[in-house]
Amino acid sequence: MAALTREETEALIQEVLEVYPEQARKDRAKHLAVNDQSLEKSNKCITSNRKSQPGVMTIRGCAYAGSFGVVWSPVKDMIHISHGPVGCGQYARGGRRSYYIGITGVNAFVGMDFTSDFQEKDIVFGGDKKLAKIMNEIEELFPLNKGITVQSECPIGLIGDDIEAVAKKANKEIGKPVVPVRCEGFRGVSQSLGHHLANDSIRDWVLDPAENKHNDFVGTPYDVAILGDYNIGGDAWSSRILLEEMGLRVIAQWSGDGTLPEMELTPKVKLNLLHCYRSVNYITRHMEEKYGIPWIEYNFFGPTKIAESLRAIAALFDDKIKEGAERVIARYKAEYEAVIAKYRPRLEGKTVMLFVGGLRPRHTIGAYEDLGMKVIGTGYEFAHNDDYDRTIKEMGNATLLYDDVTGYEFEEFVKKLQPDLIGSGVKEKYIFQKMGFPFRQMHSWDYSGPYHGYDGFAIFARDMDMTLNNPCWKQIKAPWKTEESTNTEVAASA
Amino acid sequence: MALRQCAIYGKGGIGKSTTTQNLVSALAELGNNVMIVGCDPKADSTRLILHAKAQTTIMSLAAEAGSVEDLELEDVLKAGYRGIKCVESGGPEPGVGCAGRGVITAINFLEEEGAYDDELDFVFYDVLGDVVCGGFAMPIRENKAQEIYIVCSGEMMAMYAANNIAKGIVKYANTGSVRLAGLICNSRETAREDELISALAEKIGTTMIHFVPRDNVVQRAEIRRMTVIEYEPEAKQAEEYRQLAMKIRDNKNFVIPTPITMDELEELMMDFGIIDEIDESIVGKTAAAEATA
Repeated sequence: MAALTREETEALIQEVLEVYPEQARKDRAKHLAVNDQSLEKSNKCITSNRKSQPGVMTIRGCAYAGSFGVVWSPVKDMIHISHGPVGCGQYARGGRRSYYIGITGVNAFVGMDFTSDFQEKDIVFGGDKKLAKIMNEIEELFPLNKGITVQSECPIGLIGDDIEAVAKKANKEIGKPVVPVRCEGFRGVSQSLGHHLANDSIRDWVLDPAENKHNDFVGTPYDVAILGDYNIGGDAWSSRILLEEMGLRVIAQWSGDGTLPEMELTPKVKLNLLHCYRSVNYITRHMEEKYGIPWIEYNFFGPTKIAESLRAIAALFDDKIKEGAERVIARYKAEYEAVIAKYRPRLEGKTVMLFVGGLRPRHTIGAYEDLGMKVIGTGYEFAHNDDYDRTIKEMGNATLLYDDVTGYEFEEFVKKLQPDLIGSGVKEKYIFQKMGFPFRQMHSWDYSGPYHGYDGFAIFARDMDMTLNNPCWKQIKAPWKTEESTNTEVAASA
Repeated sequence: MALRQCAIYGKGGIGKSTTTQNLVSALAELGNNVMIVGCDPKADSTRLILHAKAQTTIMSLAAEAGSVEDLELEDVLKAGYRGIKCVESGGPEPGVGCAGRGVITAINFLEEEGAYDDELDFVFYDVLGDVVCGGFAMPIRENKAQEIYIVCSGEMMAMYAANNIAKGIVKYANTGSVRLAGLICNSRETAREDELISALAEKIGTTMIHFVPRDNVVQRAEIRRMTVIEYEPEAKQAEEYRQLAMKIRDNKNFVIPTPITMDELEELMMDFGIIDEIDESIVGKTAAAEATA
């Protein structure tokens, strides 16, 4: 369908808002906007990072999800204890596809679930003693672990367990970092606070105590760290090779396929490279203030953004690296042009609506555009306004922005805009597929990936094509229903 | 006679446990089947009945066994003086865990295990001083205690606490059948104490059900881990507890309380000379500042 004008998009928002009671309507209106590239600041058009309205179906998670699920769980050589009743740990386990190298249960522990499995007696009498015991057992059973984190579930904050005291004591006893994180799910409005709390815990319990460690480390002028890449489907690996091929030395990956010693070494890098700004900006700013390490955001989705990012990173180094960046871009040119030549004719002009977490709602836009596709609506689960500041320029004028979209709004927008492809999470997937819309899970890459880097772009293009042009979508209509009768029925039920 | 469930609240240290155990002993003497449920991590609600230091609690047994589901009723229920059934919910040491959850878990356990049988005439819940969280309100929720007695004295803080507890009762009374059944004055021998507590009771819509005078025999009995009723049945104080027991047995005056404002409460105390007229000009002034003024 043809792109909407600014007025039409405005009218669409108003129409969707109509069903809400007055207070909810007023609140939700602030979170829905028509994009205007001329705006410098997003706070002129959209509000974010506010509590979700009661009664709506929000797509958000909690602080525990942000700290444990996102930031900490991919650190592979540490053991992360989900502290509290068993459910949070069990349902958070292994769902995120953070790939890693290592022998699970020996020197890597990402796929495993460690929980203090709270019972009534632990609530009533407190869980401190149990936590201390677990740490000793971990040392006995998994001696190659490099450290432990304690990820607080809700009850820990309610009963006031002193996990910091337990951590300090255990740190002395086992001589390894033990990191307590107060990421109880009821804190904050979304998983975003969990990222912040996790960043703070890295600052206080990892970086500060490590200042006198690793004195034998020999640096180079080309040392960098990848921050905010969680190696979903191998993303960090397909990113890292590009940086290495241009002559940089990646000494740390946060936190996908990451390790504790890498984290501890990060203050020694020359430049921090941020992929997911939202989840790691706090610790990055801390390293800038305390250690004077500059940082730059980059985007490794699709050849246009990759080339832009490689050049921007190289510009902060000498000619050797600048030449390296050009060499890398040239080297992969034939490869990515072939990908575009193959898929662009099949995807040209197709429209996409996105709703994801912290960076993909804006970072993937360029990759879609490389394939001739257009993102006509996007939004974040837990963004702040600095994320929307960065989104305005990426999205076309008069496209739709929706913050913390509700289930109802998302469905209504889709019905009206009729995108050719939707990219969101597992809870949205089956609803839209049943509505007949091609859908990609953009958190887990639908069990595919990597999507980062030139290698990832080839997979991204293939996946979008095989989803969007899958013949199944033509079979959705019952064969006895004619084109006309279906259209009238849909119109009547809308 | 249908089972009557009563809860005893009041400021910490006011004498709830002592009063409860003496009153329950008197009720047992009158031929009633009674159970005491201690709802305080300190677990000192049954010691005078059982002649014990502290009864082993539901929560400590549950912690030992693994979970509360592993316990049987007879593990936690002990019979004491005149067959009075005793049970303590128990809970953590001060400063850790969640005592409120302990009370909830323990009372749920008693219900599920059928502790409230048809033979019982009375259940008394002896609840920790302040209703600090939902757990300590458990005994007055739906289908639990329906009569609340507040133990207080003529001291300022005891009266504040009584009024605050009345506020808590209003919340549950409006949605359930819990009612305020009266104030028990456990005398501290302050001036005009009986009149004052009667006046307070009237203001919050109830009565002072009994004035229990101060008597050293209570302490003498307590040293022996006994109630006065058992230690010295012919003592005058034993008679006082018997009267309280009879008044509670015959009580029909159950109300939704009408707690008063702080201002009204302070006014009442000023009328009785408990506190002086408040001079706003001295609020927040240190002794040094007053000396130089």
